[in-house]
This record gives sequence, structure tokens and C-alpha cells, in this order.
Amino acid sequence: MCTGRVDLAFVLRAFQKGATGVIIAGCWLGECHYVTEGNYDALNMMHLCKKLLEHAGVRPERLRLEWVGASEGIRFAEVMNDFANTLRELGPLGAAEGATPDHLASRLAALARLVPYIKLAKREKLALRLKSPEEYLQLYATDEVAALIRDVVSYYVEPELCQACMICLRRCPADAIAGGKNLIHVVDQDKCIKCGTCFDVCPPRFGAVRKISGAPVPPPLPEEARVVVRKGKGARRE
Amino acid sequence: MVAACTPRTHEPLFRDTLREAGINQYFFDMANIREHCSWVHSKQKEEATEKAKDIVRMSVARTINLEPLKEFELPVNKAALVVGGGVAGMNAALGLAGQGFEVHLVEKAKDLGGMARRIQTTLEGLDVQDYLQDLIRRVYQHPLVHVYHEATITDVSGYVGSFVTTVQAEGQVTIIQHGAAILATGADEHRPTEYLYGVDERVWTQLELEERISRKDEGLARARSLVMIQCVGCRQEGRDYCARVCCSQAVKNALSLKALNPELDIYVLYRDMRTYGFKEDYYLKAADQGVRFVRFTPSAKPEVEAARDEEEKPVLRVTVPDPILGQRLAIDAHFLVLSAAAAPAAGSPDVARLFKVPVNPDGFFQEAHVKLRPVDFAADGVFMCGSSHYPKHLSEAVSQAYGAAGRAATLLSQDTVTASGSVCTVAESTCISCGACVAACSYGAIHWRKTPGGDKAEVNPVLCKGDGLCCAKCPTSAIVLRHYTNEEVLNQIDAALFEAPSGAGEQAHAKQEVGS
Ligand SMILES: Cc1cc2nc3c(=O)[nH]c(=O)nc-3n(C[C@H](O)[C@H](O)[C@H](O)COP(=O)(O)OP(=O)(O)OC[C@H]3O[C@@H](n4cnc5c(N)ncnc54)[C@H](O)[C@@H]3O)c2cc1C
Ligand code: SF4
Ligand code: SF4
Repeated sequence: MCTGRVDLAFVLRAFQKGATGVIIAGCWLGECHYVTEGNYDALNMMHLCKKLLEHAGVRPERLRLEWVGASEGIRFAEVMNDFANTLRELGPLGAAEGATPDHLASRLAALARLVPYIKLAKREKLALRLKSPEEYLQLYATDEVAALIRDVVSYYVEPELCQACMICLRRCPADAIAGGKNLIHVVDQDKCIKCGTCFDVCPPRFGAVRKISGAPVPPPLPEEARVVVRKGKGARRE
Repeated sequence: MVAACTPRTHEPLFRDTLREAGINQYFFDMANIREHCSWVHSKQKEEATEKAKDIVRMSVARTINLEPLKEFELPVNKAALVVGGGVAGMNAALGLAGQGFEVHLVEKAKDLGGMARRIQTTLEGLDVQDYLQDLIRRVYQHPLVHVYHEATITDVSGYVGSFVTTVQAEGQVTIIQHGAAILATGADEHRPTEYLYGVDERVWTQLELEERISRKDEGLARARSLVMIQCVGCRQEGRDYCARVCCSQAVKNALSLKALNPELDIYVLYRDMRTYGFKEDYYLKAADQGVRFVRFTPSAKPEVEAARDEEEKPVLRVTVPDPILGQRLAIDAHFLVLSAAAAPAAGSPDVARLFKVPVNPDGFFQEAHVKLRPVDFAADGVFMCGSSHYPKHLSEAVSQAYGAAGRAATLLSQDTVTASGSVCTVAESTCISCGACVAACSYGAIHWRKTPGGDKAEVNPVLCKGDGLCCAKCPTSAIVLRHYTNEEVLNQIDAALFEAPSGAGEQAHAKQEVGS
């Protein structure tokens, strides 16, 4: 498996499950056996992930990316021993952070749910190929990541405007929209991956999908209040 | 699920067994508790056992999600393309043609032969020019070998079994269809920038010396003293490898010089004499014949200046600290010969780019695995031989050419080749057409497909190499690398951390396998 295959979600999951540390090890930059050079992608992802961990209150040193060639057994042992020492000093997850593991796990779980959103919002940056490893150091700023999480968007279907046309429901990649032919559509915020497809596909004449940023999402309509009664041209809620 | 050694060597065997039993071979996983555990922790038995259990648990967790995958058969075009008409390329071409395969041999220069045109004899005394003339004649006479001179490859497309290569040669464009390719673009002699090379005409490279020896140069026959400096332009910052052939070439030329002019004093300034294997005998022979070997270290390299000897005759004065005498030696030489490094051929990077194969940091072709796949590129259907892989002697280049021809013949002798089922697919309903995967793919394997729900990403399984970079970029997990799916990996991570109750456990690292 190429280091470039390592998903942000994999690393977050490991910490969520209480990993003391995560090390990603792969071929040296410039020594890719293919032409893909996925190790640059790993480097990029790792720097973003470190900022995210920091945001969740996890010490970023718990994540490490190292280049170890297939023939460098001794180096591998050195790297692992060194990392183990770092982890021994930090102690189990939460010790150096001054937080309970459960608290960290819930923060990490919240972050993990945002992975699709983060990948989409940072799509261009994640695709960047910089020349030297040093250049990646500055790629993601702490403030930038904080703002990304703070301004996270939610999508909400306005019950008054929804015509139950099923367009968004069909197009939602996450199957996050409940509804039916005469049922007002409701976004399940736990399932929603914040891709904005519903916002884009809702016919402009309805304009029923609202993008909410930095404010709470209104509670979903109770199931029994979702039936649409159509009279004449317009349609109203019962 | 088998817990044993590395899947590298045995996985194919177990997969075959499954296939024979009528079970889909992708319903299989191997937990490597040998290389990944018992071998590295042989002194910590208790902990190693615990770790082995972790590894087994992870493997089991992965197998839960394994799916049966379908492999597909690709047709194999029976022709081969060989790039580079040096000794390696020609031998590979003849090896294949001899087994009945059509071969297209593409040479950049006007003539075949490559570097061997400049080498007169081998250290063991064989006549290289005789051999070369015969080899070239056999290439031209073979009805199945088509030679293209002054040729440039302008485009390569396709994949294992059916490549399409465009060659421009002598004003003509030819489109060649072939099932396999062998890259043998060779190596060049590095042009030194030090020791007055190019400034003083008494300073030559070993190849230039060899040419002069072969035409029994007057000056050489009369000269009294000659100095050789080894490792010029290599084993140092920027070109940090041993060029392998120069020590033997220096000994060879020293012996030829002694035969030509027994009175000549020869000094070889070296860092390590790497006349490996039985070539050592010739080093001893040279020492017996009075060739003086003087060691130097990279921190105290020899220095060269144009000077005059006691008789006011012009000489090259070479000074170097001799670690045995503990003193600085000054040698007045009539000629100075530099063992210039063999450097990757100027033509190699272009060919590598066209065939989408890698070169190592030194610029030589990178094999898929040093021991297990020494003449294969990681990309299927492309092989290598000769000094484009690393500098090697003629005999070694010939052996490797036979090896590459053998590997290519294994492929070409089949009517179809089986492509791995472990490739990416896109769940259309989940794709949001963001294009992140398209940008991540180095093989151009992902394209857009028109659907009622808009353009959706679609993978051409033949071009997909299964590296999964796209998967790490896809926001909706719509694109899935079969056999290494997110679920499979996440299950493994969960299993690895299964016992660690809220962050205890030293061993709790989710680990990526080293290398790929
Ligand atoms: C300085 C030096 C000294 C050496 N001394 C000795 C010695 O004393 N004894 C010994 O046994 N060996 C010696 N060797 C090694 C020997 O030269 C090689 O083993 C042998 O020539 C390798 O053959 P080859 O076919 O791999 O490469 P080459 O002989 O280099 O041939 C490569 C061919 O590929 C062609 N080519 C390159 N790029 C392209 C392209 N893009 N498209 C098409 N064609 C291309 C070139 O024109 C060339 O004809 C020496 C090598 C060097 C560099
Ligand atoms: S934002 Fe995307 S995932 Fe969320 S409900 Fe809309 S279409 Fe579905
Ligand atoms: S990255 Fe995923 S969502 Fe985006 S185009 Fe590719 S498959 Fe579709």
C-alpha cells in the first residue's frame, strides 16, 4: 500500500480508538517505485492532520511520517525506537494533553465526521505537489484549521419552502435526506457530509435548501408534521 | 487467512490453491508474523507473541470484508520493443527474436553498439570489437529484428500486452504495436570538471586512454610516468554511488600500458580498489608488474598542476598525501588519466517518463524488487537491462539482457495476461463530481461518464494500478480500491487497538507496512 493511500480518516480513527501514536512509514521522496510519488500526498495529509489533532487537543507529535526504504532495516528499528521513546514520554493518549481519553475520543469523533467536508474544502491544497518537504511545513496554519472547523456549514431544508420534489433526496450521496413524494424533506445532520449537492440541485424557484454557517441548525420537523397537502397551484403544509 | 511469512513469496501459491479449489482467490489474507514479528523480536518472546496475536486479529478483521473479485484477461501482442541498441539491447533483441518473437529495436544514434564501440578488450582479454561486429551483424541479419536508427520515441500509450509506441526515425514516423518493452538506454561517461580535464590536453578519461592504447599512441609508448585517479565524479555529494566498472577498467588499461611500454611508471590513486570477484587476480597481477597503488581519502584528494621537472620538461605534478608513508607524495606525470564515473544516459529520463517508469535518485532505472524482480519495472510489461539500470561490465550487461528477454518472453508467449482485480471502482450514486480523484491519478485511469445525475467519475480498470491515491482524496468515499477498501483498513485499525482500553498499551500504534 502506498503511503498516499493513507486516509485522514484512518489516522483519526486510530486516535479515536485510543492509539498512543501513529506512524506512517514509506519510501523516500524521489524513490517511488511507480511514477505516482504518493509519498508527497502522505506528507501533505500528515501536515493537515497534525493541525487537526492540535485542534482536537491531541499532541501533534503523536503522529509521525518517516521515510524508510525497504532495505533500511536498521533505520526502521532506530525510527521505531525513537518514536516509542517519544510516546513513552508523552504517556498514553490524554496524559500529556491533560484531558480524559473519553473527552478526546468524542472530540476526535466529531472531527472524523467532518473528514468529507475537510477533504472537499481543502481539495485544492490537498492536491498540491510542492518541491521540498520544508515547503509543506507552512502549508496549513493553525488559524486556518480553526476557522475551517468554526465556520463549518450545515444544510437545512426549510419546511415552508420544500415542495417534496425528491430531487435533492435522489442526488444526496450520503443518503442523508429523508422524505418522499408528499413528505417534506429533512436532512439528517448526523449522516450529512456537507457536500452541498442538495443546495446546488434544489430548483431555484423553490430555494428550499439553506446553508447555515456558525449557527445552530433548527431541529427537524416531527415526522407527523411532514405531509404536504397540495391545493391548486401552491402547496402548503397541513 | 494464513499467519506465516511474507505474502511477497507465498501469497501467489495460496491464491492458486484457492483457485484450484474453486474459491475466489481474493478471499485470502496473509498475516506476516515472521518478518513483521518473530524475526525482529526474537529476544522478546512474550511481547512478540502478543504482537503476533495483534497481527492475526488485524488480518481476521480485514478478511471479514473481503469480496470476491474478478480478474480480467487482456490480449497480448506478440511483438516486443527494445529501446537502446547497445550490447544489452541487441542481446535482448536477439534473445527474443531467437524464440520467434518480432522485435523492434530503437536506437538513438546512427549506429548500433553504444558504449562498447569505445571499449577494446575486456579485463579478461576478450576482443570486444570482434564480438561487437559479430553481434551487430547477427542483429541486422535476423529477419525478425527491425532496427530503427537515429530514432526518437515521441509517444507511448497502452498497457501490458498492448502498447502503442510512436517512433520517429530517419524522417519517418512509425507506429509500433507491442506487448512488452525492454529499456536498455545505457550509461554515459561523466565529463570531469576537475584535475585540469578539458584544460590540459595531457589529461584524459579512461575511455580516451583506451582509444590511444588501441592505436598504439606514440606519446604513450615513449612516456615515463602516468597517473590514474579513481572515483572521479562519483562516491561524493551529487553522485553518491560507485560506478563499478572504473576500477577494473583502470587495472585493464594499466596492464595494457605495461605491455605497450614496460618502462612506464604507473600510479593508480584510489579510494578503494573494487576489482571485485576474480577481477582481483588482475589487480594482483598489475601490482606484481610494478603498478603502484596509492590510497587517498575524499577529504584529502590529489591535486594537479602543470609544472616542470628537473630537466625543465613540462609535466603534470600530482600531489597526494600517502596514508602509509604519512607524507605527501609528489609525482611528475606525463599523462593523467581520470576514471570518470558512468552516469545515467542522457536519454533515460525521457524514456522513463514516456513509459511511466521510475528512476532512482541517481538517475538509473529502478527495478521492482532487487531480489525478487530484478529486471522488471513495477509497471507491468516493461523490463530493463544493461547499464541503464546501474553501471556494469559487458559480461554482466549480456547476462542481464538474457534475463530481460526471458522475462519478456514469459509474457509474450501467452495469449492473454491476467490483470489484477484489485483496482478502483466508483459508486456512481455517491460521486459528487468534484474531480479530486481525476487529479490524483498518475495513470489517466479516471475519466468522466455522462449520467442523468451529471458527469460521474469512472475508472478504466486496465489502466488502474491500484495505488489508491484517489481514495484518500475522495470526500465521499465514492471511489473504492477493491481489496483495500476503507472498511477493510478501518477494521484492521480497530482490531489493532482492540485491547487498549482508553489509551493504555505501548504497542498501540496503527502501523503502515514499510515500503509498498
Ligand atoms: C566509462 C565507462 C567505462 C567502461 N569500461 C568497461 C570496461 O572496461 N569493461 C567492460 O566490460 N565494461 C565497461 N563498461 C561498461 C560497458 O560499457 C557496458 O556494460 C555496456 O556497454 C552496456 O551496454 P548497454 O547496452 O547497457 O548500454 P550502452 O552501451 O550505453 O548502449 C545504450 C544504447 O542506447 C541508446 N539510447 C540511449 N537513449 C536512447 C533513447 N532515448 N532512445 C533510443 N536509444 C537510446 C544509446 O545511443 C546506446 O546506443 C564501461 C562503461 C563506461 C560508462
Ligand atoms: S449537503 Fe450533501 S450530504 Fe448533506 S444532505 Fe445535502 S446532498 Fe446530502
Ligand atoms: S473524488 Fe469521489 S466524489 Fe469526487 S469525482 Fe472522484 S469519485 Fe466522485
